Amino acid sequence: MLWPVVRRALIFLVSTLVASLLVFWVLDNGCEPARVALGTGGTPAGVQALCAQMGLDRSLVVQYLNWLGGAVRGDFGTSYVTRAPIGPGLLDQLTVTLWLVFGSMVVALLIAVPLGMASALRNGRPTGYLLSGLSQVGVAVPAFLAAILLVLVFAVNLGWLPANGYVVPAADPLGFVAHMLLPWVSLGVVQGAVLARFVRSAVLDELGQDYLRTARSKGLTPVRALIRHGLRNAAIPVLTVIGVNLVTVLVGAVIIERIFTIPGIGNGLAYAADRRDLLTVQAIVVTLVLIALLISFVVDVTYSVIDPRLRTRAAS
Amino acid sequence: MTELLSTPPGRRSDRRVSPLIVVGAVLVGFIALAAVVSFFWTPFDLLYLDYQHRSAGPGVNGHWLGTDLRGRDIASRLMVGARTTLYVGIVAVGIAALVGTPIGILAGMVRPGISEFVMRTNDILLAFPALLVAIILAAKYGGSVTTAMVAIGVASVPGFVRVIRAGTMQVMSTDYVRAARVAGRSGPATAVRHVLPNVSGLIIVQASSAYAIAILAEAGLSFLGLGAPASVPSWGRMLAEAQSQLTTAPLTAVWPGSAIALAVLGFNLLGDGLRDRLDPRLLGR
Repeated sequence: MLWPVVRRALIFLVSTLVASLLVFWVLDNGCEPARVALGTGGTPAGVQALCAQMGLDRSLVVQYLNWLGGAVRGDFGTSYVTRAPIGPGLLDQLTVTLWLVFGSMVVALLIAVPLGMASALRNGRPTGYLLSGLSQVGVAVPAFLAAILLVLVFAVNLGWLPANGYVVPAADPLGFVAHMLLPWVSLGVVQGAVLARFVRSAVLDELGQDYLRTARSKGLTPVRALIRHGLRNAAIPVLTVIGVNLVTVLVGAVIIERIFTIPGIGNGLAYAADRRDLLTVQAIVVTLVLIALLISFVVDVTYSVIDPRLRTRAAS
Repeated sequence: MTELLSTPPGRRSDRRVSPLIVVGAVLVGFIALAAVVSFFWTPFDLLYLDYQHRSAGPGVNGHWLGTDLRGRDIASRLMVGARTTLYVGIVAVGIAALVGTPIGILAGMVRPGISEFVMRTNDILLAFPALLVAIILAAKYGGSVTTAMVAIGVASVPGFVRVIRAGTMQVMSTDYVRAARVAGRSGPATAVRHVLPNVSGLIIVQASSAYAIAILAEAGLSFLGLGAPASVPSWGRMLAEAQSQLTTAPLTAVWPGSAIALAVLGFNLLGDGLRDRLDPRLLGR
């Protein structure tokens, strides 16, 4: 029981190290940061001096280990563009983004579970085709298009919700929800459509099982039998997909935050990339990838807890 | 997943072509046609600024879909934008298929230990979605069509490796491949003569899905201003520019937005339709 978890934890650790080294290597740009920091006024000699002072002339491995030593303590260095330390701001931005991602996953599930179930139960009938078609269209709509259309309808035309901005939840909970509702729905609708397709096929797989026929013969209606017995089993493949898709949602948040001017990690990433602030980009990318790998680790472990079959198989 | 293998074409000719494929092909064909025609003809010159009719609605002064806030013809820009979209997609998917297919076949044929190592590395790369890779490269080299293509291509490689490896392992377990190996056919010869033809269907399906993702990533990048430069019309940038005038001219956002959605829908439908055709498991349903 314990060994599989330890093994997965080790894989997670090694993956994180390899991924961060990869990001570090790709983003390494020699003395360029010194040149950017000095701007147009920099002389070649000045650039050289600052380059040495910033430690950019040392070997990549030494630089990486230095950076890693700071990163594990939450110190991602000082941005040479904004001249502010990166760590503290990153944590604030991350909190905002996690609110966004969490809310939109809730919206996605609220859409995907009923829609997927309904289209599985109606499989082969006109309503089934209609529901599948709907989710197919939803999959094709990029989150940023959904966002713009939602702003158009609910903020511009109806004036019900603010078009952009962010309020700290502790200060004004209602204002927070009002500001986050459109971003949540923009990200959630698209994810909901993606997940609905997996819920549909997972439920379809369960519908053919004997235990559901037994449940039906006890007098349960198809829907109640499914909710009582089928959903737990259908949850297993869907859970994996949610894990994989959380990464997509995180990255999709980059654009959504830009549209709604939400001060999250994605907005920070786009801003830093635009100003070619490599150190900040590096910190944010490593954080995102760390979260991605952490999610797949957690999903893997949860997976074996939910499904007893996998537990025994892993133990034997 | 393991049964996603292609069957020889021809034997299935009696079956009807699925409506998914037809709708997908029509959408993709329409966009490709618009892109090709734009090389010879567009309703208006791209550089023409109709100052008298800025942010005009559809049909005003001969502009089919109206004009943007600088008075440029939206229909013409959409047609040229289709070029950017398809071009970035082709190169990106090409990179992914050319790199991912050999790695996937190799990973499916080597010893389990090495195969496991390749897949673990692949899993790490899967943690980098296309948009993220593109932002990394844009931060380092500056945004351009080339960085977008390379980034999206690199990010699509792990998907190919995973699917092709699964297909390869299935081909390798068939009797005729075992017989060929026993008869002394070498590894490379088996890969080319038996594995590649059998996974070719998988490559096409995967390419179609990857193309849809590439379009989304490219649109997202140019929306953020990290993709094609302002001088090259692209759907994502048109959408970003339209966002500033949602109150006055909402339609300027709807057109490029719909173009992106229809392109993605087209490639997704094509991919799904082809997958259904290839997957023998789904035929019973």
